[in-house]
Amino acid sequence: MITAPSPVLTKKNYLNEAHSLKSWLLTKDHKRIGILYLISVTFFFMLGGLYAAMIRLELMTPAGDLLESNTYNKVFTMHGVLMVFLFLIPSIPAVLGNFLLPLMIGAKDVAFPRLNLLSYYVYLAGGLFIFTSLILGGVDTGWTFYTPFSTSYSNGYVLTTGLGIFIAGFSSILTGLNFIVTIHRMRAPGLTWFRLPLFVWAHYATSMIQILGTPVVAVTLFLVVLERGLHIGFFDPAYGGDPVLFQHMFWFYSHPAVYIMILPSMGVVSEIISTFSSKKPFGYTFIAFSSLAIAVFGFLVWGHHLYVASQSVYAGMVFSILTYIVAIPSAIKIFNWLATMYKGSVRITTPMLYAFGFMGLFTIGGLTGLFLASIGLDVHLTDTYFVVAHFHYVMVGGAIMGFLGGIHFWWPKITGRMYPEGWSKLSAIMVFCGFNLTFFPQFLVGYMGMPRRYHVYPPEFQVFNVLSTAGAGLLGVGYFVPFIYLLWSLKYGKLAGDNPWGATGLEWKTSSPPIHQNFEVTPVVTQEAYTYTTEEVAHIG
Amino acid sequence: MADHTHHIVPKRVYFAVFTALIVLTWVTAWISTVDLGRMNLVVALSIAVFKASLVVLFFMHIAYATKLTKMIVFSGIYWLILLLFITMEDIWTRGWMGVPGR
Repeated sequence: MITAPSPVLTKKNYLNEAHSLKSWLLTKDHKRIGILYLISVTFFFMLGGLYAAMIRLELMTPAGDLLESNTYNKVFTMHGVLMVFLFLIPSIPAVLGNFLLPLMIGAKDVAFPRLNLLSYYVYLAGGLFIFTSLILGGVDTGWTFYTPFSTSYSNGYVLTTGLGIFIAGFSSILTGLNFIVTIHRMRAPGLTWFRLPLFVWAHYATSMIQILGTPVVAVTLFLVVLERGLHIGFFDPAYGGDPVLFQHMFWFYSHPAVYIMILPSMGVVSEIISTFSSKKPFGYTFIAFSSLAIAVFGFLVWGHHLYVASQSVYAGMVFSILTYIVAIPSAIKIFNWLATMYKGSVRITTPMLYAFGFMGLFTIGGLTGLFLASIGLDVHLTDTYFVVAHFHYVMVGGAIMGFLGGIHFWWPKITGRMYPEGWSKLSAIMVFCGFNLTFFPQFLVGYMGMPRRYHVYPPEFQVFNVLSTAGAGLLGVGYFVPFIYLLWSLKYGKLAGDNPWGATGLEWKTSSPPIHQNFEVTPVVTQEAYTYTTEEVAHIG
Repeated sequence: MADHTHHIVPKRVYFAVFTALIVLTWVTAWISTVDLGRMNLVVALSIAVFKASLVVLFFMHIAYATKLTKMIVFSGIYWLILLLFITMEDIWTRGWMGVPGR
């Protein structure tokens, strides 16, 4: 029997290579930049979470007794803006993508390390603008900034928030550009396209969306700023504009943006399921190409947000059909993950619990998306809590489960230490239960007709809202517990060793935490991805 | 793999493109004084697109770039066409039902 060697902490690694604050703030090391992003997105996630707590507390009672109407409008807007633009979009690509992509392809860094650092500061600058608007009094348009309200009537800080999103968008574009060039040009010898880990494929597809879509939302919000500031007519009929044009341009990016959130999560889940089933993913090529198909088809479905916005019925029919089509590559992934686990050596670890959670929640989120793709049903469900529940199942149930799964999966690589398995499993279960308790009642109350974005509602909806608020409390605890034990593990966690999970990727072939240049010697790849040998299997248990 | 040699563009190409851009700018200014009815916008945009193409192809060296770079540029333009065409598909078909706004 082969036994795994005792883990030791690398003496010189990217964490202790230099200690000064300057060495962190001006670093060009993709791993340190990933950590900087992790700290920043965690801050914005907590801030966004605070606003979510205020929404849920307000909705515990049918009367608007905690927040005034205008304040409530600002609270749900800031929740959306912070969570979408400053947390969900950069979460996996900028944190895990930055940290792992070069390691996974056997490179020393990304293709443009300086640009990578610049994109972090551009993100921070965008965040600062949005944070400033929040301090000054916030914005009340909803995260969608629909015109003509946002351009002509809103009293909030639309200009600064819009500019903040415009700026943060460039960070996303630069990261996507960096990743695409890195994947094309920096792969280790022997690492052909079809030997790439599925995480890399998912990030390639995500980067395509970031590059092709983000400029459109940036331009759109800039046009809002021009119309609001200089009264140049684009969207407001009073100036000769078309408000539906805004919705077309906004959703051209913002629907694919959901795939910016979910595709990297799918990449994470592919890695986790393969590793903890000790099996090559079933239908590797299908999973890889389904990522690209989602990226392409995801761009063609934006009009399903406009069914009741005076979009033509014929355009609605085209968008409806295209929306059904985009479900196919998503379903391919779910079925392939299930098939991967079939007859695999499945180990129920914390990352695996998050992957299970992802599969269940994303399936519900995806299938309810088909309800909304149906034009007739969507007329009834538009702007109800059904929609709120649906997109939270995708964006929170999908993206955040993937993010937490990924953080737990690669934490031993990032820090060199393990976290307490008992606590982490408990928190994963709390997140799953808390999430369902929060959002499943919203499907019901939405179907019954409760509209979104109102803080006063008929008393018969209260029981669902109380359940939802209770669930949000459990979900909040579930998110907070990992924050504590992950910080604890930095000092007290057991040493992880190079490959604690018996995984196959190149990132597990180097030390934990990795050295500054990632590998002592550039690796040469001679076999397919996910080839499990006795060496990896020996690590199990 | 793509080769790393840079294509050397003769100076006369740059001068020719520059001259064309100046002439076309003059044409744009002149044509704006002529009323072409519904073709006003079409002509102005056509000249602008042609000028942009010259810049992309010669000043930005896309005419001499690798197939991969050309594909990236093409996909950007293709995506822009998708945005415009599918948005216009809504606007063109709004009147088909005979109901205002639908």
